[in-house]
Amino acid sequence: MSDKTHAGVLSGEFFMQGDIACAEGAICAGCRFFGGYPITPATEVAQWMSERLPVVGGMYIQMEDELASMNAVLGASWAGIKAMTATSGPGFSLMMENLGLGIMMETPCVLVNVQRGGPSTGLPTLVGQGDMMQARWGSHGDYAIIALAPSSPQEIFDLTIDAFNLAERYRTPVLVMTDAEVGHMTEKVVIPPPDEIEIVPRRKPTAPPGEYMPYYVAPGEWVAPMAVAGDGYRIHATGLTHNEKGYPATADDSSQWPLIQRLIDKIEKNRDDIIVLEENGLDDAEVAVISYGIAARTAIWPMQMARAEGIRVGLLRLVTVWPFPDAAIYDLAGRVNGIVVPEINMGQIVREVQRAAAGRTQVISVPHPGGGIHDPYKVLDAIRRAAGRKVEV
Amino acid sequence: MNRLEIRLSGFGGQGIIRSGEIIGKAAVLYDGKFATFTQSYGPESRGGACAAQVAIADDPVELSYPHVIDPSVLVIMSQGGYNKYVPEFRRDGLLIVDSSLVELDEAAEGLKVLGIPATRLAEEMGRRIVANVVMLGFIAAVTHLTSPDALRNAVLSSVPKGTEALNEKAFEAGLAYGKEL
Repeated sequence: MSDKTHAGVLSGEFFMQGDIACAEGAICAGCRFFGGYPITPATEVAQWMSERLPVVGGMYIQMEDELASMNAVLGASWAGIKAMTATSGPGFSLMMENLGLGIMMETPCVLVNVQRGGPSTGLPTLVGQGDMMQARWGSHGDYAIIALAPSSPQEIFDLTIDAFNLAERYRTPVLVMTDAEVGHMTEKVVIPPPDEIEIVPRRKPTAPPGEYMPYYVAPGEWVAPMAVAGDGYRIHATGLTHNEKGYPATADDSSQWPLIQRLIDKIEKNRDDIIVLEENGLDDAEVAVISYGIAARTAIWPMQMARAEGIRVGLLRLVTVWPFPDAAIYDLAGRVNGIVVPEINMGQIVREVQRAAAGRTQVISVPHPGGGIHDPYKVLDAIRRAAGRKVEV
Repeated sequence: MNRLEIRLSGFGGQGIIRSGEIIGKAAVLYDGKFATFTQSYGPESRGGACAAQVAIADDPVELSYPHVIDPSVLVIMSQGGYNKYVPEFRRDGLLIVDSSLVELDEAAEGLKVLGIPATRLAEEMGRRIVANVVMLGFIAAVTHLTSPDALRNAVLSSVPKGTEALNEKAFEAGLAYGKEL
């Protein structure tokens, strides 16, 4: 892996760290720009991109901070380059404003958050999942967002590619919400041959330059084709509420309504295309564990212990956390005696699970403040409680 | 769970983290198994205490819990690592120490202990930096975590170009030392 290579896709089997798998996934997806600022535990993504991008014809810039990093990524995308940044909690907070700019300007890009314990500088080298609600609501104003949660280095690789494809398909920033545990974990990673990797290219306008309107969405579509600087089209992109021509339209709500409604609908009304869930053992389940990322992975061992005790427990793993899979959880809640939600925060996604379950079953939170992964026996106890078994204290 | 676990500990700069990665790589790429390598380290990059953990299994579901919980092999290359990890180490486990850096005390009572002066052997080769590779050769000889060939291949495919001969010599020195025990 240390050899300089010009190959964009390093097909083969590797023993690879999660952060590096993220970088390689990005390069496979066609990412050729990284603007970032190093921060533990995301530094290896930046470091690897700084070595790899120049030799595949891309560009790496270490910016002065995370505000500038996110801006540079948006700029690169508007120059026609697939672009990414990677950060952790404190940097994620700084990127929130320009994430909103990316959403408002409908700028495809990928933002990776290798979550660590927070708030503030918190636990720089240790795991957390405390940014899941920030991922959904962290920038001001109303919008919808796509966030993916990998639970292994292989899945970071796979989902980083998916994130780039979703970003192009829906013209929006996409979040990869991984964590210090998965980012710093090293495991087998298989990089397939290039022709087996689906890549969604940037959709460019075909209209003559005089007729193109950068935010005109044709009937039956959700986003406009995207002309970028140098294509010969007149474009105007702004964070202000804008009309179909891209010009500010801030005198009343006549442009605000269709714009904001579409920014939300293009994601919420395409849930079936976007949402990926992994089910394991749910067919006969009396108890469901619902989790994501590293916490879903570490739930498997206590689930095996519970099964050995005769408790029929299954797992619904949220590969996609946002948009939230309301329908699947509502349905599941009608079939089980209880739902257990382990996550490495003090109870964030569990609130969404409760909302989606709509009172059809009990929902038990298994919180963790960050700095470590769940004690398997705490998850086991919650499974026992959900199944109505006595729990030894 | 049915899996093999090993922990290595020393101070930053000794190549402890690298050694853990190489053991995992050997298991995955050259023995056809699955492995999860995790690391822990302090804020300092050199001189601070560090540890590398590897779990190896035939089935990836055995690696769902990524942390090493109860290693059967403990490799210690600093007194700080000894003090931190030996007292809690399982009594039927195998303790491997760099005998040029680590002094045993009552914490090791009852343990099976194998020592190799890895750092001194590396210094005799003129390069203290390959002490961890001497240790990897020794691990290949005295454990069944990976096959010796897999570990040798993983070492040689991981080291900087131009240093293969030195590293192979270091690996073979550790391997020979272990086989003679």
